[in-house]
Amino acid sequence: MIDSPPALSARGITKRFGRTVALDSATLEVRQGTFHALLGENGAGKTTLMRLAFGMIRSDAGELRVGGVLRHWRSSADAIAAGVGMVHQHFMLIPAMTVAENVALGTRGFLSAFDRRAAADRVTRLGSETGLVLDPDARVADLSVGAQQRLEIVKALARDARLLILDEPTAVLSPLEAHELYSWLRRFVDRSHTVVLITHKLREALAVADDITVLRRGKTVLSNTARDLNEHQVVGALLGGTALDEPRPVEPADTRRRNRGAVVASLSRVSAADAAGVTRLRDVTLEVRAGEILGVAGVEGAGQHQLIRVLAGRQRPVSGSVALPARVGFVPEDRLRDALITSMTLTENLALKEAGTRRGRMPWAELRSRTTAVLRNGEINALGPETAVDTLSGGNQQKFVLGRELEGAPELLVAENPVRGLDIRAAAQVLESLRLARAAGVAIVMHSADLDELLVVADRIVVCFGGRVIAVAADPQSVARALVGAL
Amino acid sequence: MTMRATGRLVPPAAIAVGVFATLVLVVVGGGFDLGAALSAFWRGSVGSPYALLSATLVRATPLILVGLAVASAFRAGVLNIGAEGQLLAGATAAVAVGLAGPTWPGAILLPAELLAGIAAGAAWAGVAAFLKRSFGVLEVISTLMLNFIAVQGVSYLVRGPLQEPTHVYPQTSALAPVARLPMLIPGHRVHLGLLVALALALVLRWVSGATAAGFRVRLVGASPSAAVMGGQVKVKRVVFRVFLASGAMAGLGGATVTTGQTYALFEDVSSGLGYTAIAVALLARLDPLAVIGTGIFFGALEAGAAAMQRDAGVPSVFVAILEALVVLGVLAMGFSRRASAVASTGIE
Repeated sequence: MIDSPPALSARGITKRFGRTVALDSATLEVRQGTFHALLGENGAGKTTLMRLAFGMIRSDAGELRVGGVLRHWRSSADAIAAGVGMVHQHFMLIPAMTVAENVALGTRGFLSAFDRRAAADRVTRLGSETGLVLDPDARVADLSVGAQQRLEIVKALARDARLLILDEPTAVLSPLEAHELYSWLRRFVDRSHTVVLITHKLREALAVADDITVLRRGKTVLSNTARDLNEHQVVGALLGGTALDEPRPVEPADTRRRNRGAVVASLSRVSAADAAGVTRLRDVTLEVRAGEILGVAGVEGAGQHQLIRVLAGRQRPVSGSVALPARVGFVPEDRLRDALITSMTLTENLALKEAGTRRGRMPWAELRSRTTAVLRNGEINALGPETAVDTLSGGNQQKFVLGRELEGAPELLVAENPVRGLDIRAAAQVLESLRLARAAGVAIVMHSADLDELLVVADRIVVCFGGRVIAVAADPQSVARALVGAL
Repeated sequence: MTMRATGRLVPPAAIAVGVFATLVLVVVGGGFDLGAALSAFWRGSVGSPYALLSATLVRATPLILVGLAVASAFRAGVLNIGAEGQLLAGATAAVAVGLAGPTWPGAILLPAELLAGIAAGAAWAGVAAFLKRSFGVLEVISTLMLNFIAVQGVSYLVRGPLQEPTHVYPQTSALAPVARLPMLIPGHRVHLGLLVALALALVLRWVSGATAAGFRVRLVGASPSAAVMGGQVKVKRVVFRVFLASGAMAGLGGATVTTGQTYALFEDVSSGLGYTAIAVALLARLDPLAVIGTGIFFGALEAGAAAMQRDAGVPSVFVAILEALVVLGVLAMGFSRRASAVASTGIE
């Protein structure tokens, strides 16, 4: 087995979406017959890399080998034929159909008759061979999430998958179901098959995987056997080596705290749920003061999304009390969906901010001159207030959103990943605007998926983990440990 | 599906030329005398003051009003395709009031009729608006179903409670002269409803451009998520109100049909007006002022078609087919624009 070629080898893989570089010469070597964990923060490129390996998208550069053979997938069908199977984070099942029908889908020709009995037998046989027992006649809609995931695996196995890729499989599972899944995957690997697990759960990866590869910002930053790695090293790779090892220029503590003033916003025992009604934030008590930047860290799903929205007054908590000032600015993560209407002009987008409360007539002339002032003060590169938003670059759009939300002296500004996707110059300008606002006495709450950014600007840092909010010292080690639940 | 059609990609002139060319092809292909057909079309639509003032503009009046109803709803992303049912409700209510109060003075009776039409249209739309707000029922389904109920309701009323006294014809009695909308020009059938329609278009244009309420409607139609997150707009409330307003306008359109044009209620009083109004609104790119133009355009088309059928024997269904083709053409252009917009932002 040691001499056999790698089950999957990706070298120098580069993939761009528009101006965003999702993968930047990334490398991945998966040994035959091993359990390989692919780690990375959100947007690190791990799902993109695996979609490339599964033939769903094509790379701009680099080479892909499966079992030592150079491959150029035309579609997922090619990858499936070569023994690659993928279980997606969002299941690709048809809820109204039965288990057997879902397994049969895509495995036979277009016009050949569907043999219900044979399909059911196949599911039963696979169940007894693999231990993934499913009722072939059950409707998928009636299955538990864990059973649906078993079905996704059975689907891949029915097509003779020898290399199984799973994207965040435990995100939807209970701890017991997750344990069962990992035990099964281990047995699968013991039969000299191969598993690639995409995850951002560091501890699970270290516990179950043979090898670990870490992606950060589209690059492979760490690749080693799990046995030779400790939590500290992997956290460093995940969140950026500089966050942990190198000394950084930090403003002296006294200038940072200089303007810290009265409490502007406070949460008391607040719980909040996501769109599906699952409680994501539990019993959180928090104060934000004028003239400080409160950094909020947290991995996906840890509750920071809800915390940010509650603080911005955009989400009502399930329980607890919230005290917010009259004027709150909000810079949401997805500016094109939640902050801007790209087909409208800059003036109209400025007016958007007050649209919910305005009465009577629209003072367009005044709005236009305010927009001109925002463009000037923010050094935003636009032809004028009547320009459509979609003619601006991403950096200028974000500077406009920030300028709009800071206009009119808000007491509190809530910003979510405010520099994501911006080039270095625009990112620096946005962070500088936040510092200026702090100096002017604005209370600022900022979430970023990038720890380095938070450490650069924040006076104080809290970490979301499992719905709780933990106050930590603003030093890299403390934050990193809290992020992975090690505090 | 959200309806965003505020661009200016379809020059109305191009549509008009396309429609006319198709009309010619159909007439020739159908083996009819092209010269006679076109001459009838011309004489019946805009070829004489009488055709314009007694046919085209009379047909255009409810098309503009109901077209404004559809445009207002689509602008906010409310796919109200139930204007047909709402206008039938309005037409019925106006007639019921007109028949009940023939002794009232016109200055009271006429506004009462129109208000009854407005209220009935809003109430009919209100059923679908309530179902959408409370249970998330898709308005495309609910308003369409309510159309069928309205059609059957009119059918029942003109054979039952509202039938004319002799109980021979399935229709109501004719409205007394005092209960009819006055004509604008003596000897021509164009009536006060046209001025109401033009005024409503101007008001809607002003509301949309100059008021906070109109701006909120545009925001909700363009991006509900930005309206909520960026502007803290109460989207459900805006949608509900626009839905009612749309029904009210359609009901007003229906009221002008029975009080200004037919003077009675009967089964085919609408003859698909509520569906043609969708074409009117889409061709106008949902712009209230443009609805005046497209309403008159379709009014002329229908008046001309009636004349072609009468004088040249060309079945008027050809014009219905043309109207459908216009809708498909406008939709295809709108969607191809959106499809290319989606393709240019292809990140997962």
